Amino acid sequence: MKISFPRMGYSYIAFKWLVENMGHECVVPPEPSNRTLDLGVRYAPEFACIPFKILLGTYIEVAQMGAQAVITSGGMGPCRAGYYWVMHKYLLEEMNLPLKIIAMEMPLLNLGDFWKKIDLLRRDGGISLKELLRVLKITWAKVKSIDDVEIRSHQVRPRELKRGETTLAINAGLAFIDAAQNEEEIREARQEALSLLDRVPCDEQRQPLKIGIIGEIYVVLEPAANHYIQLLLGEMGVETDRSIYLSAYARKNTIVNLEGDLFSVARPYLNEAPIGGHGVNSIAETILYARHGFDGVVQLAPFSCIPEIVAKSIIPTVSREYDIPVQTLFIDEQTGRAGVQTRMEAFVDLLQWRRDRGIHKKKVFSL
Amino acid sequence: MYTVGIPRSLAYFFFLPLWKTFITELGHEVIESPPTSRAILDRGVKEAVNDACIPIKLYHGHAAHLAENCDFLFCPRLVSVRKHGDFGSETFCPKFLGLPDMVRLALKDLPPLIDTRIDLKQPGGGSQEAAGEIGLRLGNSPAQVKRALRLGMAAQGYFHRLCQQGILADDALQAVFNGEKIYPPQSHGQDITIAVVGYPYAIYDPYINAGLLKILQQQGVRIVTQDMLSDRELNRQDSKLPKTLFWYFSNRAVYGGLHFMSDRQVDGIIHVTAFACGPDSMVDRLLEIEAKRHATPYLPIAVDEHTGEAGVRTRVEAFLDMLRYKRRRR
Ligand code: SF4
Ligand code: SF4
Repeated sequence: MKISFPRMGYSYIAFKWLVENMGHECVVPPEPSNRTLDLGVRYAPEFACIPFKILLGTYIEVAQMGAQAVITSGGMGPCRAGYYWVMHKYLLEEMNLPLKIIAMEMPLLNLGDFWKKIDLLRRDGGISLKELLRVLKITWAKVKSIDDVEIRSHQVRPRELKRGETTLAINAGLAFIDAAQNEEEIREARQEALSLLDRVPCDEQRQPLKIGIIGEIYVVLEPAANHYIQLLLGEMGVETDRSIYLSAYARKNTIVNLEGDLFSVARPYLNEAPIGGHGVNSIAETILYARHGFDGVVQLAPFSCIPEIVAKSIIPTVSREYDIPVQTLFIDEQTGRAGVQTRMEAFVDLLQWRRDRGIHKKKVFSL
Repeated sequence: MYTVGIPRSLAYFFFLPLWKTFITELGHEVIESPPTSRAILDRGVKEAVNDACIPIKLYHGHAAHLAENCDFLFCPRLVSVRKHGDFGSETFCPKFLGLPDMVRLALKDLPPLIDTRIDLKQPGGGSQEAAGEIGLRLGNSPAQVKRALRLGMAAQGYFHRLCQQGILADDALQAVFNGEKIYPPQSHGQDITIAVVGYPYAIYDPYINAGLLKILQQQGVRIVTQDMLSDRELNRQDSKLPKTLFWYFSNRAVYGGLHFMSDRQVDGIIHVTAFACGPDSMVDRLLEIEAKRHATPYLPIAVDEHTGEAGVRTRVEAFLDMLRYKRRRR
């Protein structure tokens, strides 16, 4: 079967490997473009959130590229994301696009259903159970390595002497990981990729501003959806730390995961969890970044994103009490790269000004 | 004895019989904010986070209106009222989940909130516990709470029974609290039946939907709503969906819509949806597609700050003309 999946940052490298090694043909989802968004906007309900629209656009594109099925995630609420696939299915049917949606409901909730679907894909692809386990393990190793390399790149980029060197290095490094075929090779590829990044000529004296990136998972993870904000900030000389990495759910290598229970961190401000999406996380992460001495926080949220709106109503208080500036960016199809850039420049100026004067000015900026 | 304020918005339109009876029977005075007005709306728009949907803004307006005149503001956190859905995880829109926190941070000079968490999906329910907590805050004894809860439930049940006889929620509320005698509506020459589905706070707040129900009545339409159906009738529709939605009021609207689509008595469906409502972006398209597949005429009406009577009237009249034309041709 020709199979595709939603694109989220660099993870497609790992998922491509997974699909191919389960014995299927992979249609790699193209990086979301204006065309993707246009397609999504045309066929999605007006007030669907932007991830919904980009995914719909992606599905239409991969269907046109010959994909017969997409694998995606399910969910149990409370937010809309868990219902995406049902609506996508309805909409694709209305458009007469013969694309099958295979939604993986969370294994914790419905292990039987999860395995049934995986097993079907496995038998369809003609690989053994043992082989499947090996393939899953390697996929996971790829996901982790990709994240490690990306995390490093966001630390190196603000210090690079020549603009663009880091981007060249990470692309080369990711190509190694892409080519790796077993765990040994992945380990080597990861090492090689990291050392490529470490060899980027840097200004070691620089103490870049540090910004934490929080918000809704899709717009945080997919650079095309957030107008390459980490790249943008990096090239402005700002170090960024992102609250969400795919592999972070099972690991303890990011700031946000170090602290354990996010919900309890947020509790003084929001006495309910979960409220869907990353609403509670956004509140807690603002606090964590403040505690870790970050200069500021950028909240990325799809326009009309319910949990992030709840978070946004609470964050000004957090921002004031922890004295950390927060800039919220609501993203919809009208958001342009130039607008994002201007807002980021202003925000970075503010942070620099605060740092230069050692001022702890109590102020929160928002759109 | 305390004065407890209940904002006339959101779940008010559905759970008032229980809430008001319960608190009154505990010996306190309930004050409700007046029906939505321009002033209340403007206040809400000013106080609430500007990206919120209109019902949430309205809630802020109503809460602000009550703030000075009550000892407590009744703003329970509605998490779940039953165990329902594919994972038994049915809940409310995330904005309901964060409501007490949003209100508390947005409005200054609030009296203490009664923000008791209502989460009834657990085995054994939990309404006793929730009621007990409220009673404790209001200084009542467990015995008083038990009695008041029983009476509250009875009032709520009576309200639903009235609705299920075809009485509109507004009239049913009058009957519950003023003891008015009320009879199921008789048809007097209404030639058309329209099902109005949507959130109670969108359908039954005449300000927000520019008097939609009144307009329909003036046009000689018999109105039915999802609230006139029993839980059994509603839940039966669930099997038609690939997956259950996650939100209580959305499920009721969708089930209602699906029910009326297969009901030959209904000529068309109007879905009242709040502009920029997250769940409704799905609910509305789902109903639209299903209506198309069932060949049921469907009219979505999105309400926002600027909804005007004229606009709604024009759209409704055009819809009715179409239905009557169709009927004549048959
Ligand atoms: S979290 Fe936000 S973006 Fe994600 S489904 Fe919910 S509303 Fe949409
Ligand atoms: S369901 Fe829609 S209208 Fe109701 S509170 Fe949530 S977003 Fe607002």
